[in-house]
Amino acid sequence: MIQQSLADLWQGFGVALEWHNFMWSFVGVLIGNLIGVLPGMGPLSAISVLLPLTYTMHPVPAILMLAGIFYGSQYGGAIGAILLNLPCHPPHAVTCLDGYPMARRGKGGTALGITMMASFFAASVGILIMIFASPLLVAVAFKFGPAELFSIMLVGLLAGGTMSSGAPVKGVAMTVLGLLLGVVGTDVNTGAQRFTFGSPELSDGVELVALALGLFGVAEFLRNVNRLQAVTTNVTMKLSDMRPSWAEIKEAFWPMVRGTTIGSLFGAMPGTGPTITTFIAYALEKKISKTPERFGHGILAGVAAPEASSHSKTQVDFIPTMSLGIPGDPVMALILGALLIQGIQPGPQLIKEHADIFWGLIASFWIGNVLLVILNVPLIQVWVKVLQVPYRYLYPAAMFFIAIGVYSTNNSLFDVGEVLAFGLMGAVLVALDFPVSPILLGFVLGPMLEENFRRAMLLSRGSIAVFVERPISGAFIAISTLMILLQIFLAARAAVRRQRGSSVFGPKVDDNSLRT
Amino acid sequence: MKDGIAQPSFLSTYRRDYYAGALMVLIGVGAAVQGFQYNVGTLTHMGAGFFPVAVGIILACLGVLIAGLARRPQLQPTLHEGGPLEGDGPEWRGWFCILGGIVAFIVLGTWGGLLPATFAITFISAMGDRENTWLSALVLASLISLACIVIFWWALQVQFPLFTWG
Repeated sequence: MIQQSLADLWQGFGVALEWHNFMWSFVGVLIGNLIGVLPGMGPLSAISVLLPLTYTMHPVPAILMLAGIFYGSQYGGAIGAILLNLPCHPPHAVTCLDGYPMARRGKGGTALGITMMASFFAASVGILIMIFASPLLVAVAFKFGPAELFSIMLVGLLAGGTMSSGAPVKGVAMTVLGLLLGVVGTDVNTGAQRFTFGSPELSDGVELVALALGLFGVAEFLRNVNRLQAVTTNVTMKLSDMRPSWAEIKEAFWPMVRGTTIGSLFGAMPGTGPTITTFIAYALEKKISKTPERFGHGILAGVAAPEASSHSKTQVDFIPTMSLGIPGDPVMALILGALLIQGIQPGPQLIKEHADIFWGLIASFWIGNVLLVILNVPLIQVWVKVLQVPYRYLYPAAMFFIAIGVYSTNNSLFDVGEVLAFGLMGAVLVALDFPVSPILLGFVLGPMLEENFRRAMLLSRGSIAVFVERPISGAFIAISTLMILLQIFLAARAAVRRQRGSSVFGPKVDDNSLRT
Repeated sequence: MKDGIAQPSFLSTYRRDYYAGALMVLIGVGAAVQGFQYNVGTLTHMGAGFFPVAVGIILACLGVLIAGLARRPQLQPTLHEGGPLEGDGPEWRGWFCILGGIVAFIVLGTWGGLLPATFAITFISAMGDRENTWLSALVLASLISLACIVIFWWALQVQFPLFTWG
């Protein structure tokens, strides 16, 4: 089986290195990196803004470009986090803790160099895992019936809600809201119009791009306008600063390995967001470090571990997305949506039927990560300049790109109106302290969840016990139950602690550092 | 509840959670009630209404739970894309201009064409930032309009006439 994988991978390199595929992958990495560096923009906004551009493209280059945008913007986000203490993408919030103090000591170049190394290393490991694990998972996935699929989606949705940032109940509520939004439109089984309120435009359902751009574009601008921290910096960066010394590489090596391991574990679990992964990687380093007091004052391990974990998670996340059709986090949900728009149904069939996409994608990851390293060395000075683009020029331009991007999806102004509605909704939800990204996860999974639930009930003649009786499905239900119990336990413990009046009593590293 | 004194935000955390819970209950109940209009069916033969009703009820329950937990301390801070902010007060000018920009794009897109719509959305949303002047917003809007003509109208050939009437 491994030999087969390697042969397929070889073919994948052939696909990814085809001139036009390579070009789009390069464009994706470059634009993604650029947008990731821009203040106030993260991978979600980057992908949503550029998604409409890929409609007219062939599926392979489209997906390669989107993936490039994703890891490019993720890497770009680290630059702002380290140099300016601006975490534009939540997972980088941890990188700030030690990256920024390093930058203030004049070691910003080293921190970026180590970040680059850590991301490349972690991504490579993640890609290797993908190569060997995907065929295995596919073999298992073919045994999955509707009941199993429903249960694993349930795990994904619960994990997506509880393990994002913020209060778990609110995260779950947002996931459920996403499910409801997924219901809008024509019911595939009966043809009934649901929640369309008589509008023919809504009978095809809510437009994914409009939802994503409303929640992560317009709502973000509404939140940030006139409030974003003014960026003033006179960071200058020389190429030689970026090359870490051997001692520094040695210091960062094991944290990098541990971060990668954590990222890979979490990536394999559907639903767990990248933020929690980086927090746990950081907490673990702090816990096992001989000098925990140095954390927060610019220690290399505090940069290497979280960055490595987020990058390996990114790669491993593609496994459940591509082989089961169940996205690991909101960004994956968006990429899954893009695949669906291209008429490709991710799932165990995908690897067989669209081998070019799957293996081409894996090969392009490697190429893209090499490109990222090559690009960032000479371009770092440019990125430092880009960091200082004033927000007051940035967001009006982005508003236009959002409007025209959504318009070109269906050539309809109604969709632009949808952006307005979802932007407003997103802003209200953000003001009420809801994490909005689980909505996307729920929205994409909703129709699949309903379909599999219906099928499972049809097959079992209405016996709900089927979810527990079948072993694989039962295991997933057990995991879901455990997750809920864990949340109740954590909440209860926090309440008890609060009554004792000491929040620092007996700190478990993770939730203590999460309370920042 | 001591509002407005030591509170940097315009909604206190507790009250924010009550509103949040209430909103979820409202949406959930609304969805369930609407869902009952469609055929609910039985577990064996589910109608179109089954899933929305079930999800709506779950959402309403979660809403109750959110409001019920309002006085508990939050275990993790909520992080958003876009990074930390300076202030937390209402920002009417920015909000109004950004939303107004989109409305202008829709209206002018219908009764004007791509070029006026582009100019309007950029100019109006630029005016939302206090540091932008009439002149800087005008220059920005003109540049974006130019980029729009070159990239979207000429190169990508978006199906949107530059000028139109009705």
